[in-house]
Amino acid sequence: MYKIKFIALKELRHIMRDPRSLVIAILMPILMTLLYGYAINLDIKNIKLAVIDFDKTSASSDLIGRFYNSEYFSKATDQVYIDDPEMILKKGQANAVLIIGPGLGEAIQKLKNIQNPANLMIDKYELGLTVDGADANMAAAAGSYSSIIVTQVIKDNLPPGFELPGIRISRQVFYNPDLKSSHFFVPGLIAVILMMISALLTSVTIAREKETGTMEQLLTTPITPRQIIIAKMLPYIGLAILDGIIVLGFGVFHFGVPFIGSTLLLFVFGVIYVITALAIGILISTMVKTQLLAMMGAMIVTVLPAVMLSGFIFEIKNMPMILQIITHIVPARYFILIIRGIMLKGSSIELLWVEGLFLILLTIVLLAVATRRFKLGVD
Amino acid sequence: MPDAVTIEKLTKKFGDFTAVDQISLTVGEGEVFGFLGANGAGKTTAIRMLCGLLLPTSGNGTVGGFDIYRDNEKIKKSIGYMSQKFSLYGDLTAYENLWFYGSVYQLKKKVIKDRINQLSEELGLKEFLHRQAEKLPLGWRQRLALAASVLHRPKILFLDEPTGGVDPIFRRRFWEMLYELADKGTTLFVTTHYMDEAEYCHRISIMHHGRIIELGNPSDLIQKYQQPNLEELFVQLISNRSREAADV
Repeated sequence: MYKIKFIALKELRHIMRDPRSLVIAILMPILMTLLYGYAINLDIKNIKLAVIDFDKTSASSDLIGRFYNSEYFSKATDQVYIDDPEMILKKGQANAVLIIGPGLGEAIQKLKNIQNPANLMIDKYELGLTVDGADANMAAAAGSYSSIIVTQVIKDNLPPGFELPGIRISRQVFYNPDLKSSHFFVPGLIAVILMMISALLTSVTIAREKETGTMEQLLTTPITPRQIIIAKMLPYIGLAILDGIIVLGFGVFHFGVPFIGSTLLLFVFGVIYVITALAIGILISTMVKTQLLAMMGAMIVTVLPAVMLSGFIFEIKNMPMILQIITHIVPARYFILIIRGIMLKGSSIELLWVEGLFLILLTIVLLAVATRRFKLGVD
Repeated sequence: MPDAVTIEKLTKKFGDFTAVDQISLTVGEGEVFGFLGANGAGKTTAIRMLCGLLLPTSGNGTVGGFDIYRDNEKIKKSIGYMSQKFSLYGDLTAYENLWFYGSVYQLKKKVIKDRINQLSEELGLKEFLHRQAEKLPLGWRQRLALAASVLHRPKILFLDEPTGGVDPIFRRRFWEMLYELADKGTTLFVTTHYMDEAEYCHRISIMHHGRIIELGNPSDLIQKYQQPNLEELFVQLISNRSREAADV
């Protein structure tokens, strides 16, 4: 214990004396939060819409107005004179083209004068919507936004007392009522950043001692590899927690992500997760000899899985089976569930302990392997 | 006199390459033993095995009476190691480095303080104590490294090319310090390729291609081979060997 304390203190001195490591530890998470926070935005708004209006009635201009006044669509930049929707899409003048054939005004008029609800389905009038499918999400969104607007048009033009027939879904959104993607991403971002920074810090500090030869010197003393590993992790747990708080602060105060769960619970899980990440860094450092390799190794081993295979952006359930299996050894997968649960849903320990257990298990395995590799020699 | 180091047929192979090839020797307690050889002869590999940094491929050995396979932890408590590369923390001051190594051996605070005082006095480090180690002149860095490796008063001190790159006057002074340590009963196991330094040793071994080709008291060896000094002796021994190797 005594020895561990002194190595940990020495490590703390290194950190304080080397401004570069502090810059990596503090500035990088801030930059990454801002970068990712703004760059990753899956909210689909302002779809560029061009309109070809053959109807030219007050009904058609009302419809066009509704499209453009919604936050989902915006006017295609230039006035489009071409009547061929494909050309418009091809030239990139718009993402979607709404074609209003002649007869809309008539159809609306019929709707207004309707007497018998049984006639409601008889008169068919079709609007055309041609969408650029290259961006599949956008294309799907354009379709569903359009039908919402059109349904509203029909409702508004029915005589009083008439209702649209059929079964409808009454939608209620919990936890992220505005459906803002930042609410979904920022917690995941905290997981990604903590993973990367933590692994980077420990892998580099041990690689540096290998590079300068001090590790060899240390190993001729009575210090055991296990003591070195624990002592190396201690100061960085503190630093990583500080990072976590910074990124969380940005998330809550800058991006307006709600935090409705228990801070203490998040802290406890956060510490476990950070230890997992630090252990990954140590494992990497046992495989490389230079700081540069350690840095590259830490980035590749942590960032890619944490972004791609953790549910951060891509739903795990939609992945091929083999990838789904691999995600079980990605620590970020568990922590993202935990932090989203706590921040957005206020989940309690009863719902999250399985994930916590998996994290602890992963950490134990990682540390055992790292210690073993450490013992096998510095050569 | 009990033996500080015993090695029997110690061997280390890295793949097909045999770095240390069945070497055997004993070093008595309080002896200054010179471990000579050209660069790449296998000296450092041998020392690393004795210090517990490397597992031997085969052979046996004891350090301070402890087995190098089984009692690694006990060995580490009784040895000091000064590697050929400066391996203290450059961003810490000389004092902090010494303090750190003292605490690693679990010495009491008071003891560490007293020994730092005493050592820095003896080694002339006093005025450099609060400077960052990386900013010290090379010679003082070596002294600091020496101080760090003897702060816990090891029974056996391994020195791997301790005077590499240091000027002759400094080297002489350094060896005087080593002698003072030996007088106090520390066993010294020193590798060097400076032949003038080798003459300070009680006994030397000469290593070539992983094998020990000669072992004995420096002046006895000079007489045996009828050479004016160790330098000539070394050159002759190595070139003989190379010729034999060529003939085969």
